[in-house]
Amino acid sequence: MTLQPNDRVAGVPESGIRKFFQLAEERDDVISLGVGEPDFSTPWAARSAAIHSLEAGRTSYTSNRGMAELRELISGYTKRWGHEYDPDTEILVTTGASEAVDLALRTFISAGDTVAIHEPNYISYRPGIQFAGGEPLAVPTSADKDFVLTPEALAAAGADEADLLVLCYPNNPTGAVMSAAEISAVADFCVDNDISVIADEIYAALTYDGEHTSIATMPGMRERTVVINGFSKAYAMTGLRLGYALGPAQAVESLNRVHQYTMLSAPTTAQYAAIEALRSCGDAVTEMATEYNRRRRFVLSRFEEMGLDCFTARGAFYAFPECGGDDEAFAEELLKQQGVAVVPGSVFGAGGEGHLRVSYATSMRELKTAMNRIETFHRSQK
Amino acid sequence: MDTKRELLSLLSTDARESTEDIARQLAVETETIEQLLDELESEGTVRGYQAVVDWDNVDDQRVSAFVELNVELDRETGYEQIADRIARFSEVESLRLVSGDYDFAIEVTGDSMQDVSRFISNQIAPIPEITQTVTHFIMQTYKEAGIDFGDRDDDDRLSVSP
Repeated sequence: MTLQPNDRVAGVPESGIRKFFQLAEERDDVISLGVGEPDFSTPWAARSAAIHSLEAGRTSYTSNRGMAELRELISGYTKRWGHEYDPDTEILVTTGASEAVDLALRTFISAGDTVAIHEPNYISYRPGIQFAGGEPLAVPTSADKDFVLTPEALAAAGADEADLLVLCYPNNPTGAVMSAAEISAVADFCVDNDISVIADEIYAALTYDGEHTSIATMPGMRERTVVINGFSKAYAMTGLRLGYALGPAQAVESLNRVHQYTMLSAPTTAQYAAIEALRSCGDAVTEMATEYNRRRRFVLSRFEEMGLDCFTARGAFYAFPECGGDDEAFAEELLKQQGVAVVPGSVFGAGGEGHLRVSYATSMRELKTAMNRIETFHRSQK
Repeated sequence: MDTKRELLSLLSTDARESTEDIARQLAVETETIEQLLDELESEGTVRGYQAVVDWDNVDDQRVSAFVELNVELDRETGYEQIADRIARFSEVESLRLVSGDYDFAIEVTGDSMQDVSRFISNQIAPIPEITQTVTHFIMQTYKEAGIDFGDRDDDDRLSVSP
């Protein structure tokens, strides 16, 4: 018998991002605003710690849950968002936040469960839900509400019947954030309708004009929430693949059961880098966030000047302007005519059509040129 | 960070940004930036705007040296008075009072090693309060003003990623 993917796998289409990657790779003069990772290098202290750990031969497995010292540091670090998680029982170190998301989906979805996801959203949740045997339920968010998830939107989509909600704010692709009041409203909806939450907070440290609020800190939410975060975005450590999950002891125990049979432990070298990152790279994170914030304001102000409507994104490193028409055609022509790569919003699900994801994780110099090119292109479209 | 402080931090990264681009990045009006720049300059917070040059890429010969200076103070002469005499030489690029084994650390530039040596022996060493000079010629600059000349971290990211 030949190797055939099962129905779950076969039922998941290839990512729409793939096409743009291939188009962008075909030419070498492209300025890419299509990148979903920091342009900064990992702070040298963290890299140096990783190198030292390799030189010292620290290349064995660690305990399933991750090195005790790292969990201790994570416990301390996440207090800034009001979290209180016991390093011994309530923290699991994973191979990127991606693994934590996958673990949570596989652990908490029973066959046929309905899993609500607000859209537009990061492209991995829907397939992840499908791989895990759940039924994704799209809850559209829109520009007129700053892409914030509301109880009304949840109710309108029928999410009161959902078993699980995947929540990602600050959001990729929109750059939207949610205020404490807005998070609180969603928390009430989840408590009232007995919905558990997987809160992907990978961009929490990149929140501008205000503080990040975690839904797990809302009344009645801690016991029903798994918080996911990691080092990729804030510490510019994407390739080191290191994330973590926080949750009540029993939930983390369950996550660890899947984790220990699939990953065994997160990459050891990356754990050493993460320990040093948490110990000494706080200033580097602040510097990077300050720089992103400047670029964010620059990009938003340029969109306003060129007449592309764009809501005020306050998190991550994305802006999500309206392109006034077919986003895929716009992105494709922009790439062909001006050599600027962006990702069409429709790739990210309901509510994304007619928008572009513009990543400002690129140097100011390139951003300036790219924005001028987008302006030229936009004018030529009129 | 208030706008003035943030403007300073932005200028320290790139002083050549246009006023319009700075205004966009700090989300304020262009006039505000112009006014703040005036303030920073007139109050003496911003002392100048200079390029960070890798002189190895320039054909002209240019030699720099760090020079340690030891001085002996007396009732009439303090560090300020000595600094005042040294700072006036255009050959002196920087002048700092430091802690440790010597008193002043200065950077001197000239067209040749001979030029720099002559300057130290003819102009600096004879200053009565200076008891000792130690000259370190700079052989290679790897990093200056926070800018790494090595281009060590290339952008090798995928052009489009989720």
